[in-house]
Amino acid sequence: MSSETKAIEYSVQEEDPSGYTIVNMGPQHPSTHGVLRLILTLDGERVVRSEPDIGYLHTGIEKTAEVKTYQQALTLTDRMDYLAPLSNNLGYSLAVEKLLGIEIPERVSHIRVLLAELQRIASHMVWLGTSGLDAGAMSMFLYCFQEREIILDLFEAVSGVRMMTSYIQPGGLMADLNPGFLEAADKVLTELEGKVDMYYGLLEKNPIWMERTKGIGILTPEVARDFCITGPVARASGVDWDLRRDRPYSAYDDYEFTVPIRTQGDSYARYIVRMEEIEQSLKICRQALGKITPPGIGVPYRTDDRKIVPPPKYEIQYSMESLIHHFKLFTEGFTPPPGDVYQTVESPRGEVGFHMVSDGSNKPYRMRVRTPSFTNVQLIPELIQDLALADVVVILASIDFVLGDCDR
Amino acid sequence: MTTVSEEMRQLGYELSAQFADNFLGSREDRGELTLWVLPPVWREAARFLRDAGYNHLSDLTAVDYLDRDPRFDLMAIMASHVKCDFVRLKTVLGLGEPVDSLVPVWTGSNWFEREIYDLFGIEFQDHPDLKRILLPADYQGHPLRKDYPVTGPAGSRFR
Repeated sequence: MSSETKAIEYSVQEEDPSGYTIVNMGPQHPSTHGVLRLILTLDGERVVRSEPDIGYLHTGIEKTAEVKTYQQALTLTDRMDYLAPLSNNLGYSLAVEKLLGIEIPERVSHIRVLLAELQRIASHMVWLGTSGLDAGAMSMFLYCFQEREIILDLFEAVSGVRMMTSYIQPGGLMADLNPGFLEAADKVLTELEGKVDMYYGLLEKNPIWMERTKGIGILTPEVARDFCITGPVARASGVDWDLRRDRPYSAYDDYEFTVPIRTQGDSYARYIVRMEEIEQSLKICRQALGKITPPGIGVPYRTDDRKIVPPPKYEIQYSMESLIHHFKLFTEGFTPPPGDVYQTVESPRGEVGFHMVSDGSNKPYRMRVRTPSFTNVQLIPELIQDLALADVVVILASIDFVLGDCDR
Repeated sequence: MTTVSEEMRQLGYELSAQFADNFLGSREDRGELTLWVLPPVWREAARFLRDAGYNHLSDLTAVDYLDRDPRFDLMAIMASHVKCDFVRLKTVLGLGEPVDSLVPVWTGSNWFEREIYDLFGIEFQDHPDLKRILLPADYQGHPLRKDYPVTGPAGSRFR
């Protein structure tokens, strides 16, 4: 009922006496990567005016989190950016840990880094495949999803789920790595490292791809800062800002990597930045593999604080205190001291910020998530102004937004 | 755990000197600096911090403290691309009390403010296009307010 009213209202509002055509692109359109609706005013092929309409995937995650305990609210974070659930898990967990004021074993931080970087590669693979598809390079999609699949297999091995992992939790990890994970990860990394050149070769010098992306959708650094843009989109415009390097979290300050920067600000620069990020992520993963000790008895995979994470099963058998801790955690959860914190992580799309407000109870008083897609979608009218309709598709792909992340 | 640097404390002193009567105070909690100002200087304080180097508006949001008067906290988180830290600017707003929009300072705050308007019902003055963003245009109520039931408005059914 409500969507109908909305449609009518827009059509009246957007009526233009000058003879322009008004095109409703989306919400069900393959190139909008989800349910983005763009109301385009066209003069022939040229975009005169555009207005993004979001909210079709709004599920009230921030409101729902207020009635869940801290452990339960974690599962909501997977469902926001469904192409990078582990990055969101990481941001949430770090925010809650900051609220609690607890320290995490170093090994856990390294495992988190490894998983977050694998997630970045997987997410960039989806982006590369779908943006190639949008520009007419069908084969990109088929190649890239193979690579993504082997990374998701790793996630399935550690957490039991391919996408909605909830593996990184406040206090540590859901469970220790499965035996043989490090060997499997090593194999996957070797395979990916061998294929990076092939992925460059598929598009980098392709004349059609260059024609369609070079000089298209130029974003200047001033506009990027003015629109609060983060992530690869900002870095392709010369905004030198990467939270992994500039506000290191988890154990990123132990790693050596460079932040790819381009100054052209066009769709091609965004493509190159992401491709180089994949290489850097592989480098970080390699370093992480060298730092993580294999799973085994007595190897920490979560904090020892029994008020935050449940005790191991064998302890419950003989310790009354452990049994009480277990019972309290699963009936009430933990209660962080009052206050508010803001924690940012660099997701594949940019800055994800978790703003947690605690009133001293076992549920978050407010969970606010600042998502990169929200700010990046706001930029679309700025980029597609006065360009041809066919370029809109390529620019949308080069921004790489996820509507679940945008609408929450 | 990180702590607030001396440089940031200095920034807080400068802000309090600049907006003497409209400055409410500052708070350090878990290594984060929060500065409180009164609503009349909201935009000027944001502009002051932006010009002091906090050029990236990281987030703009609100919190509803139902039992408190004034009821809402409006907060902006500003990060510095040079100093690599962030500061939180807060103001307090009563029910129905409008506040200056930050769009003249950062164009990107446009959608953040529309979202706050949509979900909290806080009005922003001088906003170019203040309308609902996530919810349908004809939606009644502001869901992130604490007196809005999580199951939806009374009598509503899942549609």
